[in-house]
Amino acid sequence: MTGKEKLLHSALEGSRRDLSRLLSMIEKGEELSMPEGEENPDYMILGITGPPGVGKSTLVGRIISYWKDRGKKVAVLAIDPSSPRTGGALLGDRVRMDSANSGEGVFVRSLSTRGNPGGISASLMAMSKLLSCCGWEKIIIETVGSGQSEIKIVAFADKIVLVDGPDRGDIIQAEKAGIIELADLVVVNKSDVPSALKVAENIRSAFSFSNLNDSPEVLLVSAERNDGIEEMMELIQSSESPLWRSRIKIRERLLSLWDHRLMSSPNLNQVIDDIETGSISLEDGLDILSG
Amino acid sequence: MKIVMAKPGLDGHDRGAKVIARALRDGGHEVVYTGLRRTPEEISRIVMDEDATALGLSTLSGAHDVLVPRICELLRESGMGHVMVFLGGIIPERDHEKMFSEGVRAIFGPGSRTEEILAFLEKSDSRIENNQPVGVLNDDGWHWN
Repeated sequence: MTGKEKLLHSALEGSRRDLSRLLSMIEKGEELSMPEGEENPDYMILGITGPPGVGKSTLVGRIISYWKDRGKKVAVLAIDPSSPRTGGALLGDRVRMDSANSGEGVFVRSLSTRGNPGGISASLMAMSKLLSCCGWEKIIIETVGSGQSEIKIVAFADKIVLVDGPDRGDIIQAEKAGIIELADLVVVNKSDVPSALKVAENIRSAFSFSNLNDSPEVLLVSAERNDGIEEMMELIQSSESPLWRSRIKIRERLLSLWDHRLMSSPNLNQVIDDIETGSISLEDGLDILSG
Repeated sequence: MKIVMAKPGLDGHDRGAKVIARALRDGGHEVVYTGLRRTPEEISRIVMDEDATALGLSTLSGAHDVLVPRICELLRESGMGHVMVFLGGIIPERDHEKMFSEGVRAIFGPGSRTEEILAFLEKSDSRIENNQPVGVLNDDGWHWN
């Protein structure tokens, strides 16, 4: 057995230390051949996204507790942006997830957006697969959802929750054709702030103007006060993604894998050099990389 | 470097830890901050889950002589002897030798400059690359200050 196979074997046997090492390898772009497990209906990858400051981490803390209280093993992948200037990152989501530190049944890994040669969504896909192979039944992926590019990050989650909050403008305007179309549930957090009600009303009314008759539910919760969390979890579990949404998810997965394959090609630098000097065209380069 | 910044024990002041976390980020490091009042067991598990290379501990309460040895011991016991530990906050001079002997590689008290901490991390990084490990398990007596 190679070193990697040994690590995988021991991670599958339950070694948390080796699971964590393998996650780092995936993060650096290494490939891992994982066993094909049977699909377990109780397993779920839950994507949580939304603008900064709406309370995603606090909400994730509540979700961890909800599942933990029901005897589930919960793993969280929390993504924060890294500085484009220095490459550094401050990953502070743990501070707001008190339940993240409680016991053997909760695993939390903070990730920054850098250092993923093939794009973070491809490595997230592999990481979630590894975690579920190792018996982590519920996997939560938390990311900042500031625009279109984050669709990819959550596109392979089984369920997607979009979180919004009061006093931050109009989300429908900002993300008209973005992640909101992919969400299985829209949660308006901070329901204890009076203007949250209005935000929820605005989103509902925007949905009612659309021609799509399968818009997601809009739910008010307060993560801070633990209000509405049970109802939210029941809605997450019972919501069914319409067929067109599953097709978009598959398309996004293909795109992520495609990106990953191109960006992790050993010929990448050579191809970029050749395009730069003009000896091959962009199309030629693409053919070489995908070949 | 991936670094966990932790506040062990009961003191409730983390301005220092946050300033350091921020400075390390600006120095190009990936910093995970744990928040206040973590137990040694929690800290060791966080370092494991994050697969961090280094652990920065900040304590102001005077409980470092209990907490720091316990954390270093847990790291060694759980297969994380390669993790480098450094310390900040209020650590009286007379305790420094004991902390170093537990596996701590640097102590930064009040008045320390963030440039110095970054220089220490750079030095540690180059030691790791030159196969001179700086983990809590590797007892070669090297420390920064």
